[in-house]
Amino acid sequence: MVSVTFISTFRPALGGADALEIEAKTLRELMRKLVKKYPRLQKHIDEGIALAVDGEIYRDNWDVEIPDGSEVYLMPRIQGG
Amino acid sequence: MGNDPSFTNQKFKVIGSRVQRPDGVDKVTGRARYGADHNAPGQLVGLFLRSPHAHARITRLDTARAEKLSGVKAVITSDDLPDLTNGDATAYTILENCMARGRALYDGHAVAAVAAVDEQTAKKALKLIKVTYEVLPHVTDVDEAMKPDAPVLHDHIYTAGLPRKPRKPSNVYNVAEFGHGDVDKGFAQADVIVEQSYKTEQTHQGYIEPHACVASASPDGTGELWVTTQGHFHYRSVCATLLGMDIAKLKVTSSEIGGGFGGKTHVWMEPIALALSRKANRPVKVVMSREEVFRASGPTSSTSIDVKIGAKKDGRIIAAFAALRYQGGAFPGYIPGMPWAAIGAMTAFTSYKLPNVKSVGYDVVVNRPKVAAYRAPSAPMASFAVESTIDMVAAKVGMKPLDFRIMNAAKKGTRSSFGPVYGPIGIGATLEAVKDHPHMRAKLKKNQGRGIACGFWFNFGGQTCTDINIATDGTVTVTVGTIDVGGARASLSLIAAEELGVPYEQVKAHIGDTGSLGHNDTTEGSRGTFSSGMAIIFAARQAIDVLRERAAIMWEIPVEDVIWEDGHARPRLKKYKKLKPLSLAAIAAASPTTGGPIAGHNESVPDNAGVSFASHICDVEVDPETGATRILRYTVVQDAGKAIHPTYVEGQMQGGAAQGIGWALNEEYIYGEDGRLQNPGFLDYRIPVCSDLPFIDTQILEIPNPNHPYGIRGVGETSIVPPLAAIGNAISNAVGVRMNHVPMSPPRILKAIEEAGG
Amino acid sequence: MLVSTTINGDVVEFACPPEETLLTALRDRVGLTGVKEGCGTGDCGACSVTLDGRLVCSCLVLGAEAQGREIATVEGLAEGEKLHPLQQNFIDHAALQCGICTPGFLMAAKALLERNPNPTETEIRYALAGNLCRCTGYDKIVHAVQASAKELRQLDKKKQRRKKSKK
Ligand code: FES
Ligand code: FES
Repeated sequence: MVSVTFISTFRPALGGADALEIEAKTLRELMRKLVKKYPRLQKHIDEGIALAVDGEIYRDNWDVEIPDGSEVYLMPRIQGG
Repeated sequence: MGNDPSFTNQKFKVIGSRVQRPDGVDKVTGRARYGADHNAPGQLVGLFLRSPHAHARITRLDTARAEKLSGVKAVITSDDLPDLTNGDATAYTILENCMARGRALYDGHAVAAVAAVDEQTAKKALKLIKVTYEVLPHVTDVDEAMKPDAPVLHDHIYTAGLPRKPRKPSNVYNVAEFGHGDVDKGFAQADVIVEQSYKTEQTHQGYIEPHACVASASPDGTGELWVTTQGHFHYRSVCATLLGMDIAKLKVTSSEIGGGFGGKTHVWMEPIALALSRKANRPVKVVMSREEVFRASGPTSSTSIDVKIGAKKDGRIIAAFAALRYQGGAFPGYIPGMPWAAIGAMTAFTSYKLPNVKSVGYDVVVNRPKVAAYRAPSAPMASFAVESTIDMVAAKVGMKPLDFRIMNAAKKGTRSSFGPVYGPIGIGATLEAVKDHPHMRAKLKKNQGRGIACGFWFNFGGQTCTDINIATDGTVTVTVGTIDVGGARASLSLIAAEELGVPYEQVKAHIGDTGSLGHNDTTEGSRGTFSSGMAIIFAARQAIDVLRERAAIMWEIPVEDVIWEDGHARPRLKKYKKLKPLSLAAIAAASPTTGGPIAGHNESVPDNAGVSFASHICDVEVDPETGATRILRYTVVQDAGKAIHPTYVEGQMQGGAAQGIGWALNEEYIYGEDGRLQNPGFLDYRIPVCSDLPFIDTQILEIPNPNHPYGIRGVGETSIVPPLAAIGNAISNAVGVRMNHVPMSPPRILKAIEEAGG
Repeated sequence: MLVSTTINGDVVEFACPPEETLLTALRDRVGLTGVKEGCGTGDCGACSVTLDGRLVCSCLVLGAEAQGREIATVEGLAEGEKLHPLQQNFIDHAALQCGICTPGFLMAAKALLERNPNPTETEIRYALAGNLCRCTGYDKIVHAVQASAKELRQLDKKKQRRKKSKK
């Protein structure tokens, strides 16, 4: 099980949820399952998101494996200067 | 090995040495070619007509007389730019920013463009274009724009991020909240609470080289663009999308770049240059004037921020709250998923360990140019507000600002204010280094003050594609697709040399055009050295595999028996002791008969560039008569992971600090009542000059990034974050009055002293 | 207008409209694109050249004014293969990042050191205050100029000693 937390921006797309538990081995699987459950999340993904797995931030590499019991954060994708 | 990014903790041979950069001679002899230094045969001159109004409907736009003028080859208005963006809101915003579509949204918004045989003719043509404007009410201040009676810029914008979609359109296009715990409960438990509001004015990246390009688009659907940019691959996809071209048929070559700092990550006039060229069927050169750079290329947000921090008597922070309002110019954030205030809200409290924290970012549109990234975008303003308040809380609990920060600093395992738990981070180390720094013990005189502040920035990897090719004489060509904004080619050559085991002088790094490599993300977020560096390591490891194979062929032994060491292939087993090690050059020389050219290639998406922290110390002297501030001494302490080329790392730290100093003391966009920018030039928008600054002391800490073979972190951006607050705290200590409005220009300082009854 | 002038020691002729700046003439007519344009209003110093030995912003001078005068640009600094000490020191001290300001700084620093071979840090900072650099914070530029001043003074001493011994 992985616990996923969402920042407020995403919550309307999730029907107000701010966290949930989900079974997933990789970020790709996690995102696939999330979008299936909350199709409106796709718009945010298209706009760009970042994922933090136990504190390490991934913007692009969704093949990352998620250790069981990990904490995943869904955040906006940040760009630098 | 292979593509494993883990930190290797190896002993370096060339990494960390201060070698000469490969583009040095070209740049000191005037030979280097920047955006405006390229010409194409038969090229035309392109110029823009820009709106003098902050907000106006364009009721009539007549170009007939301009088109008839002899020597004019093309005139473009939004009529020539059909919307091909296919519902892509980001792309549409860029299109609309490149050229007004029926409505001008800020002073300087492009309305039409011409291409003519020379500048004189183009200027004449602009005068012949007749535009009728219906002036509309405008708003340029972020707080004003949020008021219920403010003129609404876009009737399709409804505030996003709220639990329910609002019923009326608004200038607030996004609300984003971050944090954990329960701040109300936290404040209820606090012994000391400080609340303070702040404002920061809009600043420009101020690169010395204006935007410039030579565009050539032909009727067969192909095109070429020579341009000064931080991201030629990004420019290619945006231009192709807006003009309906096939991406692969547009070749973009990046020139040497005369500074960017984020401002050249965004497209401003390049699609229009291509459109002019296509219409005229001739190359078109466009060079922005300095005035255009200020009026029509993206500055950073101006902001209005409230901070509230509560602490226990013993100094522990128990609750922190911030409301951050950022204006993004006339359009929603560059990428809708990353609005400016949201980033401010994410970065606001990153340096501290906070049981209860909440930050809310409000993103707002106003009638100003579209905001662009500026070095650690959005973080300096948030840091100014928070770090100033931190000093006030420290004073209230009776602690020294430094000790208070050390006590509350985030560390490995701390839940960050933006959500995730931190891995190994350097904030504590930078603060301890500050404590030990002789600067902290220097004596201060009357009217002088010292300030410290912390800063944070994320760092990114991103899409990267890199080639290594080995010539038959054993010299090495490295081709990267990330732009070199200040010495990256030297650092990247060092990495290739280290990995291959050859001298630095044997390597030559190039920036490839869009035709020579796969997509590379823009050089932003301090990513150039991090991600291209990583890709070079992987490509070099691949090249080494090929070199081992070739040595095996030459020796007629199995490849498993060949190892690579110190730039040589060596047989692994005693039984081969007659075989002399083969140098890279020897293997390369034989390559024509052992299988052809030797190369390594890598495409990857390095992630996890590691967060970066800095702490700055600043001494100022304030003249109580004039309110003028002098920086007496400045010290930057920053974690670089591993400094590939320490001199350039120092340079990045000093440059960022200098920009922060300008922001803190002088730089600001000044808008008149009429919504027009009043200071679009270096005379009235004053960036620091040599005599304004002291030497800037630097101390590099090296806390390796566990997710990079060499431990590299991004270093380019963090240094602009702390100066605003470090200087604000220093001034406040010098004059005894809290400064809450940046820039802290002489009139503002005098006013603050006066209001405090001083 | 036809203008006849000397640039970096060579006699050069170019034609330009009367209102054209020397900056544009040098860049577009003569092809000396080492002279940079950062503002066009005399505020950044990127276009610095010397006119009869005097440092000027070429964006504030007309091309026509070059008639019969001597102009020096960054392209003329090196002697053949040998870089001018200022050029070498700018590289060695990493006094450039993007390098767009560098030609202007080199010309301004050269003018300073000809006027004052042993400037203090403050004198250097004020002499270069007409040149903007956004990348470096000026730290390494000042160091490079200091190092060059020292080197040039030593070269000068050597030259004088040689002269003396010849006598
Ligand atoms: S271009 Fe001449 S001073 Fe800026
Ligand atoms: S090195 Fe970039 S402006 Fe000076």
